[in-house]
Amino acid sequence: MKALLTSFISGMVFALGLGISGMTRPIKVIGFLDFFGAWDASLAFVMIGAIAVYFIAYHWSRKMPSPLLAADFSLPRRGDLDANLILGAAIFGAGWGLGGFCPGPALTSVASGAPAVLIFVAAMVVGMYAHTWLIELRAATSDWAASSSKDILDA
Amino acid sequence: MHNFTPLASLLGGMLIGLSASAMLLLDGKIAGISGILAGVLKPVKGDTLWRLCFLVGLLAGGLLLRRILPIAFDFGLVRPFPLLALAGLLVGFGTRLGSGCTSGHGICGMSRLSPRSLVATAIFMFTGALVVYLLDHLARGSL
Repeated sequence: MKALLTSFISGMVFALGLGISGMTRPIKVIGFLDFFGAWDASLAFVMIGAIAVYFIAYHWSRKMPSPLLAADFSLPRRGDLDANLILGAAIFGAGWGLGGFCPGPALTSVASGAPAVLIFVAAMVVGMYAHTWLIELRAATSDWAASSSKDILDA
Repeated sequence: MHNFTPLASLLGGMLIGLSASAMLLLDGKIAGISGILAGVLKPVKGDTLWRLCFLVGLLAGGLLLRRILPIAFDFGLVRPFPLLALAGLLVGFGTRLGSGCTSGHGICGMSRLSPRSLVATAIFMFTGALVVYLLDHLARGSL
């Protein structure tokens, strides 16, 4: 119960952070990615702030036998670079530059009720299901799916 | 450089870091939004409720922003709907294929110095900048 409350409150604080930082505004995101135009460096500060805090938390967590409200840490363990990672990141980046939204800000912005956001989020959900279907299709036709059907912990 | 907001962005970033830290230290989870959403779309027994709570929190935070900081939803630049739909498809598919997005790779993974996340972040920043360049400089006016 406490763990679920933590998730809810963390989600809320995450959304506030996104809103305050400017991440929910495509003009800021696209301005940040516009290295050859009127570059807006603001979003670099979002990463600096977030990483500075999380870096400390991560090092703290390594000294803990388990998290405070759960049995164990579920962290990604992979260290290898594969084609899926590289291709996936490239495709995601293209969509990010195109729309100016990444998943967190898009989901937070659903609260605005703006049709643009609803269209983006609906398409994003379809894109996620499309990936699942592709994996299942591959699994059904051959067995090279093994390397792709990693679980969702790989963040 | 216009609209430069280093302090607000730093503060917002620290709140994001704080939220992700609470998820790690209390719940032992990575606050990667694309992964959290994907786990709700394809539920696994015993691993769904916390994700749902996080997403409801995200939405609650959004509703709060609407009240206290309406500028957060002043998007400033809204692409035509067909482009937004294409962007959403690419973001959804790409984050699954690449196992993460700006939060999971860009913040959590980078902080852990994960080689996969460092590479993924460099790549999505690069292709994002490339698309903005192609769209807003080379193709300006033709769209």
